[in-house]
Amino acid sequence: MGAEFVQFSLTPILIGVLAAIACALPGNFLILRRQALIGDAISHVVLPGIVVAFLLTGTVAAIPMLIGAAAAAIVAVILIEAVKRLGKIEPGAAMGVVFTTLFAGGVLLLEQSDTSNVHLDVEHALMGNLESLIWFRASGWGSLLDPVALASLPPELGRMAVVCLLIVALTLVFWRWLKIATFDEGFARALGIPASALGFGLVITAAIAAVAAFDAVGSIIVIAMFICPPAAARLMTNRLGAQVWWSVGFAILSAVLGYTLAGYGPLWFGSQNAVSAAGMIAAVSGVILGLASLYGPHRSRVGVGRDDAGA
Amino acid sequence: MGPRMTRSAVKIAAEDGQDLRAAMPPPDSPLAMRGMTVSYGEKPAVFSVDATFPARSMSAIIGPNGAGKSTLLKASLGVIPRLSGEVWVFGKPLAQARDRIAYVPQRASVDWDFPTTVIDVVQMGLYRKVGLLGRLKGLMTAQAQACLDRVGMADFAHRQIGQLSGGQQQRVFLARALAQDADLYLLDEPFAGVDAATERAIVDVLKLLKSEGKAVVAVHHDLSTVRDYFNYVFLINVRRIAEGPAQTAFTAENLNATYGGRLSATHISELTLSGGAA
Repeated sequence: MGAEFVQFSLTPILIGVLAAIACALPGNFLILRRQALIGDAISHVVLPGIVVAFLLTGTVAAIPMLIGAAAAAIVAVILIEAVKRLGKIEPGAAMGVVFTTLFAGGVLLLEQSDTSNVHLDVEHALMGNLESLIWFRASGWGSLLDPVALASLPPELGRMAVVCLLIVALTLVFWRWLKIATFDEGFARALGIPASALGFGLVITAAIAAVAAFDAVGSIIVIAMFICPPAAARLMTNRLGAQVWWSVGFAILSAVLGYTLAGYGPLWFGSQNAVSAAGMIAAVSGVILGLASLYGPHRSRVGVGRDDAGA
Repeated sequence: MGPRMTRSAVKIAAEDGQDLRAAMPPPDSPLAMRGMTVSYGEKPAVFSVDATFPARSMSAIIGPNGAGKSTLLKASLGVIPRLSGEVWVFGKPLAQARDRIAYVPQRASVDWDFPTTVIDVVQMGLYRKVGLLGRLKGLMTAQAQACLDRVGMADFAHRQIGQLSGGQQQRVFLARALAQDADLYLLDEPFAGVDAATERAIVDVLKLLKSEGKAVVAVHHDLSTVRDYFNYVFLINVRRIAEGPAQTAFTAENLNATYGGRLSATHISELTLSGGAA
């Protein structure tokens, strides 16, 4: 593993790992709050957001795209809340209504607008372009110390690293609030913890992760990473802290293994073409979840093996 | 039941009556409210309720299903928003008195499958002392363990909470409230679905708190035990029906007014006559 690995595989793998961690961390709390679908919702509404941003600015530069996506995510969160309260509809249905409608709107907008000459299409939205995020100037591991080469690192890497660090920091700082309010929201409010703002903040954080990851790796990874690593982690342990560590481990494993299998797997079977890295990473996370639900030590939970001694 | 009207109409109607009331409750009352109105939709769940719970006592909030008992308790804590009304805790606004309140929510209101242990849940009661970023010191974990001991759950500290029976879960919630080391204990149906041994254990802890000069206010369902457990009752059916010492307020007349035709006359006379001196 030398120069070629550094040039073609190092940065996509790093970006995949950072994206997976950024999504898996808030995913732990979304799953425990029965809000897992919100990641799905957000990653779908990103599409109309970037289309509108493109129509307004006429460019596909990263910053307007990201702002458009983030704005769409916030609009979606508010709409979901509004549908839930005004329509008195259960949260899952409210999310389903909002994100399918907005995603469909995005597809229509995309068809009607003149985006044929730019790289903006549904396939890109779903799959991203992880394989293309190569480190062009790299000539080997020595390039890590070469300022000229470092300057040509794909900008997605820096963005994803910043977002991932931000989410790690937020998770650490608000850990105690998140734990108390996720377990017992009423008790948290009685303690004076701003549970509503915290819940909204969690969803916005998930939206930031989704938007940043979407830009680099597409929405398939986002949806898979919000749900699969935390859900598999829940089956491995009965402690929240350990669950979060397991989820980070599974996220890293999915990204590295998925990217490797996508790039090299088909060659082992005699095929010349690699398969989509994003798709393979998501598939690997699904396989991990499947294995965890078959063999995880804590897969039999409530109501099973209950100990009534002393009651 | 309360009248049907729009939310804003409920609010206006609730605020109309407010200036007729004595403005401030006695400052030593652990929990007092004026004009408390809560609405989930068109119909008010709690309408323009005044209450003044006494210090150093065990008070029961009593009423039929859907009468707004839990709603009153939660709204007075700010757990759910109120439409109008004011709350005083030891004569102060809620925000200045949170450290003096301990709260036991309904056991069924949380997901017991949550990945955590018994001692961890009890330590949540130390939050006001530890804060968002503070570290739990050894003394505090010892304190949490002592609270588990007081409810007879010392051996269960490192159990996953999903493995507990209903009664054990309720004891853990009580231990968490004890860890809050408060002067006012608010409990939402603490005896719902628990075994007889747990009910006795909880009552013993609460009576001890009362003897230490603390105040206990509990939403209570079982009318047959009111006289034995509580010395003060608050009867509610959306509106306040009556309140006072159990001896004088837990009467056939007040129960009739609260429950309407839902309790038989013989049942009521049994409850109010046979109840022993608490």
